[in-house]
Amino acid sequence: MAAEISSILLLFVVLGFAVLRPRGLPEAVAAIPAAAIVVASGAVHWADALSEIRRLAPVVAFLAAILILAQLCDDEGLFRALGAVTARASRGNPIRLLTMVFIVAAAITAILSLDATVVLLTPVVFVTAASLGLRAKPHVYACTHLANSGSLLLPVSNLTNLLAFTASGLTFGAFTLMMALPWVAAVGVEYLIFRLFFDRDLGLGTTGCGQPEKLALPVVAVVIVALTLAGFGLTSVAGVNPAWAAAAGAAVLAVRALCRRTATVKSLVSAGSVPFLAFVLALGVVVRAVEDNGLGSAVGRLVPVGSSLPALLAVAALAAVLANVVNNLPAVLVLLPAAAAAGPGVVLAVLIGVNVGPNLTYVGSLATLLWRRILTRNNAEPQLGEFLRLGALTVPPVLVVSVLALWVSLRMFGG
Amino acid sequence: MAVLIWVVEGSWPACVDAAGRLGWSGDRVMLIYVREAEVTAAVAGAYAGLFGRGRSARDPSQRLTEASISVAEELLDAAEARLGRPAQRLIRTGRIEREVVAAATGVDVLIVARDGDLSRLGPRSLGRHTRFVVDHAPCPVLLVWPRIAPSVESLQPPP
Repeated sequence: MAAEISSILLLFVVLGFAVLRPRGLPEAVAAIPAAAIVVASGAVHWADALSEIRRLAPVVAFLAAILILAQLCDDEGLFRALGAVTARASRGNPIRLLTMVFIVAAAITAILSLDATVVLLTPVVFVTAASLGLRAKPHVYACTHLANSGSLLLPVSNLTNLLAFTASGLTFGAFTLMMALPWVAAVGVEYLIFRLFFDRDLGLGTTGCGQPEKLALPVVAVVIVALTLAGFGLTSVAGVNPAWAAAAGAAVLAVRALCRRTATVKSLVSAGSVPFLAFVLALGVVVRAVEDNGLGSAVGRLVPVGSSLPALLAVAALAAVLANVVNNLPAVLVLLPAAAAAGPGVVLAVLIGVNVGPNLTYVGSLATLLWRRILTRNNAEPQLGEFLRLGALTVPPVLVVSVLALWVSLRMFGG
Repeated sequence: MAVLIWVVEGSWPACVDAAGRLGWSGDRVMLIYVREAEVTAAVAGAYAGLFGRGRSARDPSQRLTEASISVAEELLDAAEARLGRPAQRLIRTGRIEREVVAAATGVDVLIVARDGDLSRLGPRSLGRHTRFVVDHAPCPVLLVWPRIAPSVESLQPPP
């Protein structure tokens, strides 16, 4: 009982620290000592902690490779070039621009992960819209939304996917096949709602100030990304961990960047976000302690069994709610063991919930939202009512339609 | 006479042209552009939602803020060039509608473009911010159509 309470308390400390970010310290500062305490106190057996780390280490390495690959693509000018391509293709028409932004953001999120969309693509999209003399709001919001709901397709699209992918026992190809329809459905429903919601903003044409700059796509970066994608497929067929394909892609671009002195070893390590990776490992150990001390069986009772449509909907809704309490990362760690026991269909439904759910608030969870409200109470707080309304309008239908699509996929491809 | 022109993406040329057409190139022309704090805040929020990434150095909202300042400058450059004479420039940040109302204090006329449903005459031709500004302006308002106004036939038939 003491171990149960202490490990839950420690989990709260770790999550609280990650939400509050005191003095801007890395989240690992709280998570690593907490992991050490749960092991030292015997709340989790050291062998179990080790096996948890061993299970998560390849996931984390995979993520690091993708983060570095995305940063190197940015250094090569991929994102600015994509901005120029979308600008040209839009021909100054806001609706056509929104369509292009949806295509690019969904593809970047799927291939280079949601971090790339939020950190690297969003500012480019803002500048692209503004340089066409268009209101940037719908296009920027499309990026922030698709970073979540557009991350269903590949195991690399989201850290939650990598975790679920490992737990589901599916191959890279099978995962992608199952999630293709839900991904298309999610992006499609978002698009329709965006078109209606921003009807007026999109109705005003361009003032035609400024011509979009002519930038060619960086061929090397595009080819490497394409080869990495092909590598995912090949490694999947050959039964090799697809992380090697990501590592190879990142390595080729890294060597090129080092030779051309556009990157340093330091900048590459920094792009790999080592403290973040350490945080994920430590959080995994703490969550394992909480699970081993009773929460696991409690969650097991909550997660519906079977892959009937109502069961999948219930699982996705539960995951979305849990993701909105603190964050989708702890939510997926807590839900996965029970979901994995119930089969890959349930794992993928959890994934839809934790990936789409965070759009309900603009910061991914209520805890972060409340904290940011407290932080900004004394300043002129920007009015985010519109963004919250957009979240409330999109999340329920996107959830339902993509779970429906998953159900169809499961029927079609088995699982 | 003091004329305040509210510069908004997509519709500002109509406002500038209206000032010129009516000969209101008067004593003092001001151009106001309000940077929408909500967009930057939403992006900062999306980054904060990436759990565990720490490092505020990568926060994309900072790049967005810098970009939006230069966007505002460029828009006002273009507006001033179209106006064909020097104008006082105001760049504000915050709630768009309230910033515009505050800047309109003591002005002889505020020029605003409709930004809603432009396909027919009626109250829906004003968007949310424009509606607020028209309703709360502390000065006379000139409300223009950003494109050719719809014909009177677009009126709803009387009940």
